[in-house]
Amino acid sequence: MENFYGFFLDNLLIIYLLAFTVLLGFEIIAKVPTVLHTPLMSGSNAISGVVVIGAILLVRLTDPTDYLTLSLGFAGIILGMINAAGGFVVTDRMLEMFKKKKK
Amino acid sequence: MLLTFIIEIFFLLGSIGFIWGLRLMSSPETARKGNIYAGVGMALAIIAALIMPLEGNVSNNYAWIFAALIVGTIIGYYSAIKVAMTSMPQMVSLFNGLGGACAVVLGLADVLHYYDGTKVVDTLGFLTVLLTLFIGGVAFTGSIFAYAKLEDLVDDKKVTLPKHSVVNMIMLAGLIGLGAYILMQGEAIGMEAAIIFLVISLIYGVSFVAPIGGADMPVVISLLNSFSGLSGAAAGILFDSQFMVVGGILVGASGTILTVMMCNAMNRSIWNVLIGGFGGTSAVGATATGGTVKEISLNDASIQLYYSQSVIIVPGYGLAVAQAQKICKEIDDQLSANGVDVKYAIHPVAGRMPGHMNVLLAEADVPYPKLLDLDEANSALSSADVAIIVGANDVVNPAAEDDPGSPIYGMPVLKVWNAKSVIVLKRSMRSGYAGIENPLFFHDRTKMLFGDAKEVLGKLSSEIKSL
Repeated sequence: MENFYGFFLDNLLIIYLLAFTVLLGFEIIAKVPTVLHTPLMSGSNAISGVVVIGAILLVRLTDPTDYLTLSLGFAGIILGMINAAGGFVVTDRMLEMFKKKKK
Repeated sequence: MLLTFIIEIFFLLGSIGFIWGLRLMSSPETARKGNIYAGVGMALAIIAALIMPLEGNVSNNYAWIFAALIVGTIIGYYSAIKVAMTSMPQMVSLFNGLGGACAVVLGLADVLHYYDGTKVVDTLGFLTVLLTLFIGGVAFTGSIFAYAKLEDLVDDKKVTLPKHSVVNMIMLAGLIGLGAYILMQGEAIGMEAAIIFLVISLIYGVSFVAPIGGADMPVVISLLNSFSGLSGAAAGILFDSQFMVVGGILVGASGTILTVMMCNAMNRSIWNVLIGGFGGTSAVGATATGGTVKEISLNDASIQLYYSQSVIIVPGYGLAVAQAQKICKEIDDQLSANGVDVKYAIHPVAGRMPGHMNVLLAEADVPYPKLLDLDEANSALSSADVAIIVGANDVVNPAAEDDPGSPIYGMPVLKVWNAKSVIVLKRSMRSGYAGIENPLFFHDRTKMLFGDAKEVLGKLSSEIKSL
């Protein structure tokens, strides 16, 4: 239990960050009209492409002769980037259609 | 020092871009701008990740990174440009699976380095690694399998085992047990256990999605979306990146709330959706109906529509499947030209994703003000001359209002029976996804028009033309 208290106190700031982000996520989405659920799902899906940041850091920290890790990181960047780039483009295509009709 | 400062500002702006972007996405006027803000936020973060000073063994390997970034961007961009609007749910699901796969890869790299001794991780850190593998793994295979189901590559009935939920429970219990064992043993037990943990997680992803049927898929996709966000956040803890944590948690939280909102629209608990279908309850209340079904000829239907004052079109899943939204709009134009007031009643769960119907109709150039949501539609329906239902079933079932024995009792529905007359366009008398009969079809005011939505609407359109 002492360990747990220690962990909590050491990471207080990140725990605040987690709590506020969760609440913020709930709060932002709760007001969205049904019309926008599909683009929203697709847009937030694109945001989950943040994993690509981790993959970039992984490759930068990998020894150039460690081909196994390099390949993993390489695949990771491609996968994450498809998620991010594809997600934003697809969302934009959907939203474009709403815009066109506004006049 | 200055560089680090600039980098952190980039990450901060990136996070704000995500939050502000999501915020703007909650209104149709600003949604597109919101998406661009979020995209810019991502771009800033990628630049920052490329140049940020790192501690330890930095060899950069920029050639690998840029090659992968370019390949990923090109594949993502072209698949996004090519995909048809009706296939949007599949595409989102597929992208989501790839994000999950990326998290799995990151977790796997950490597993490798933990066991070959190049990275020291404490128990809590390794718990995060296991969580990344599990959540990412489920998001990965679950989304890919959901994609396959939506593309009709697999048959729902063939992939569901008897007692499927029990099998899933056992697998989940096994994963928790194995995970705890790995954590307690530390390095002593070797990498194989972690690999087995990953493999079971991947199988669980498929098994978790397998029993969930057609109309419930949107809920699952949304849930898997929140999973891939959480796996990103877990990976963010591994890489000590607040930015990844913020982005991942935002997606996790928004995906969860979206999932709950969808379940509420169907008046079902998320648990009920995940366990799969309506099970044995569907027989109850179904036999109470009966009576005769009246058919209407195309000619009569076209006359009735053409000479009425107001028509409300109720599009459903069937319209999306038949891809009949464009022809639907054509009929709308023909009727509007004759002074008929045409509106669309959109149930929150119509289409293959919530709001999907709105996107499809927007693509077919239906003006936004013509789309009515549930409450608006129900007040408009009581004064409408004709309600024409295209490929919808459960969302217009009066049993949800007046039959406490019905499994969908209490679900908010479109009260089409309040219109002066109702035309139901349907493939056959088969019951809807919920497997329950719809008393609406036997209602005094209801007339049926059987056939494929696209075909029948096409014929209806040429009948109207000849009037």
